[in-house]
Amino acid sequence: MGFLEKLGFKKKESLEAGLEKSREGIVGKLSRAIAGKDKVDDEVLDDLEEILIRSDVGVPTTLKIIKRVEERVARDKYLNSSELQRILREEIITLLKENTLERPAEFDAELPNHPHVVLIVGVNGVGKTTTIGKLANLYKLAGKSVVLGAADTFRAAAVQQLTIWSQRAGVPIIQQGQGADPAAVAYDTVAAAKSRNADVVLIDTAGRLHNKTALMDELTKIKRVIGKIVNDSPHEVILVLDASTGQNAMLQAKAFTQAVDITGLALTKLDGTARGGIVIGISSELNVPVKYIGVGEKIEDLQIFDRISFVEALFKD
Amino acid sequence: MFDDLSGRFGSAFKSLSGQSKITDVNIAESVREIRRALLDADVNYEVAREFTRKIKAEADGSGVLQSVSPGQQFTKIVYDELIFTLGGQKEEIRFANVPPTVILIAGLQGSGKTTFAAKLAKYLKDKKYIPMLAAADVYRPAAVEQLKTLAAQINVPVFSLEEKNALKVAKEALNEARKQACNVLIVDTAGRLHVDSEMMDEVAAIKDAIKPNEILFVVDSMTGQDAVNTAREFNTRIDFDGVVLTKLDGDTRGGAALSIKKVVEKPIKFISTGEKLDALSEFYPDRMAQRILGMGDVVSLVEKAQAQFDEQEARKLQSKIRTDSFNLEDFYEQLQQIKKMGSMQDLMGMIPGMGNALKNVEVGDDTLKPIEAIINSMTPEERRKPELLNGNRKRRIATGSGTTVRDVNELMKQFEQMKKMMKTMQKMGGMGRAMHGLKNMVATKRR
Ligand SMILES: Nc1nc2c(ncn2[C@@H]2O[C@H](COP(=O)(O)OP(=O)(O)OP(=O)(O)O)[C@@H](O)[C@H]2O)c(=O)[nH]1
Ligand SMILES: Nc1nc2c(ncn2[C@@H]2O[C@H](COP(=O)(O)OP(=O)(O)OP(=O)(O)O)[C@@H](O)[C@H]2O)c(=O)[nH]1
Ligand SMILES: [Mg+2]
Ligand SMILES: [Mg+2]
Repeated sequence: MGFLEKLGFKKKESLEAGLEKSREGIVGKLSRAIAGKDKVDDEVLDDLEEILIRSDVGVPTTLKIIKRVEERVARDKYLNSSELQRILREEIITLLKENTLERPAEFDAELPNHPHVVLIVGVNGVGKTTTIGKLANLYKLAGKSVVLGAADTFRAAAVQQLTIWSQRAGVPIIQQGQGADPAAVAYDTVAAAKSRNADVVLIDTAGRLHNKTALMDELTKIKRVIGKIVNDSPHEVILVLDASTGQNAMLQAKAFTQAVDITGLALTKLDGTARGGIVIGISSELNVPVKYIGVGEKIEDLQIFDRISFVEALFKD
Repeated sequence: MFDDLSGRFGSAFKSLSGQSKITDVNIAESVREIRRALLDADVNYEVAREFTRKIKAEADGSGVLQSVSPGQQFTKIVYDELIFTLGGQKEEIRFANVPPTVILIAGLQGSGKTTFAAKLAKYLKDKKYIPMLAAADVYRPAAVEQLKTLAAQINVPVFSLEEKNALKVAKEALNEARKQACNVLIVDTAGRLHVDSEMMDEVAAIKDAIKPNEILFVVDSMTGQDAVNTAREFNTRIDFDGVVLTKLDGDTRGGAALSIKKVVEKPIKFISTGEKLDALSEFYPDRMAQRILGMGDVVSLVEKAQAQFDEQEARKLQSKIRTDSFNLEDFYEQLQQIKKMGSMQDLMGMIPGMGNALKNVEVGDDTLKPIEAIINSMTPEERRKPELLNGNRKRRIATGSGTTVRDVNELMKQFEQMKKMMKTMQKMGGMGRAMHGLKNMVATKRR
């Protein structure tokens, strides 16, 4: 199954009349309106705005993108439609930050730290635990030894859930059951990984809304405690975002960055019809790359984020 | 960057103020501002467009143009229209004439179905119904365990099967509910995407088999533009009766509520405001409109507070604070009040601007337990006259309460601080502030 198909973008909803304007023809319109002009006309901009807003890119980022496109058009002049489309894509791609060598997205890449400690955070129900299961599997398949830490000690059956994922991926899990101190579990996990000489540590945390200060403090504490065992760890803090989340995701990203300095994003549930456009603004504003996308509930439904495919998908029906 | 709606409207109306008459031009300008504000609140693109069109028509046709304070008039039109769209008649759950009443819960992955199912069970149990839960999510790892754990907290039976067959679970649960004389059966289902035809077929089949009296669609209030697509598809497939909006204890504006209401025209019946099982409320359109407008859920707060925090008690408390006779006995009583009110975090979060003011402050049962234990280990006299507490007495209290002398000292210190704070607070006025003081007092971690 191809990337776009997996993203589910090929499925067009049957939509009630009046509520959904077909997105088809937008590219065509773009071309007609733009040909031979040095300015993008309003109609085109409206269409562009519609595409971006409907993908949850949000008003501020949409305006930013439109401005950049206009500037390019004013400078380069006499664009044909395919050039305009290319520019548009380029501008969006530039906003999306790249993954780095210190924190590679590829699972078989050489990891600069040993163990490489990854803390997974996010609001409730976005897909943290599932993403950990998928990551564990991919690291394992790439020949790395993995240890999971069940530091969500709050949610009902969260530990059991992660235990099942650890069995599916065939990796060990460190847990102290429900109600244990999450920082203590995180500490134990990293300590165990260190003594077992493991390559990768993935720590699950309880879902928490970013406006709950005490819970955010708890996260900061978990991070601090981990750093006591392995220097400079956690080496990665991945914020998991649900693709169907709207503008609130920006607030989430800011608050989590403040609490634990997120280093990357995982965008889940892209197998639905939501496009997750909010990550464009988040990646650009907070200077963090999107690392992974979740495209289903099965263990293999995780992919490394690809900026080009993502942007293609934004404009695809 | 994401200004709240009220701020937006404010600026929109600024362009109107200073003019006794609104011209077409500045109406159009304001309408544009409002549209953008709605988009920032995650109202669907088309819904926002249609909504503003309607607002504009109404503004054009009404006396707003001639009115002296067009800004206010305009606000009212927008607010009223929002309430109108969100609301209609308040609607309750539909119960069966012949029990058991069957309630089916459905929605996307992670929206909060399982938590809500347990909350609803508690809500109905509190109303003297006899609920049973059915664990018809046979896919998600530990889904059954999760439901059982939650149900155990409220002593509600859960029906589940080893066999991974959701339809069978639902059907047999219904038989079991009859057998056990439970008069409500709440069926939790797996999260599913609206584009997953196999899974949509499954939930449709469950519906056909157990003929629910009520089908509730559970939606995360943080959902963006896609809310209309999912709601519409679920509605087409299972024709649900009501919507449940979850995670409203966050700071989302919740524009999805407007989108969904507009698209499927089904009432929003409950809102979920926390992870604990008592964090469930009925839906009030005016409060949601205020929230979307960024006015804060003030009304909700006031009501919730009033229900539990007896006015008279509050007045007595105030006089005690004033006369400096507030002692540990009163304090203990106040703690009980706080506990009754549920999560203070939820309560305080409803006040606009309170989020920041309450940094590092949260209250939970675990926080209260040692405090209660310490106070319980005191003699009545000690409670009334905390100044009696010397080293010996403190040691005895610490032993009796399973805490340490340090804990006792800490509590006494906090108690004194709180007394002071309450006094200051009272000068500033307001019961809300007094509660805030209490909250600060027992401030620490929730979990
Ligand atoms: N369709 C789809 N579902 C997903 C994806 N990732 C996770 N899910 C589902 O989303 C639901 C929530 O996933 P969890 O992994 O439990 O989410 P979480 O963030 O750990 O949740 P809490 O710990 O409760 O905050 C589950 O039903 C998952 O199967 C994805 O990429 N696509
Ligand atoms: N803060 C907050 N968290 C909530 C609320 N409702 C549910 N949650 C949390 O959201 C997460 C997902 O809730 P679940 O009840 O497991 O969601 P679900 O729809 O059953 O998920 P799936 O079965 O995986 O589709 C859990 O962490 C819950 O504790 C709410 O109103 N507020
Ligand atoms: Mg989890
Ligand atoms: Mg569930």
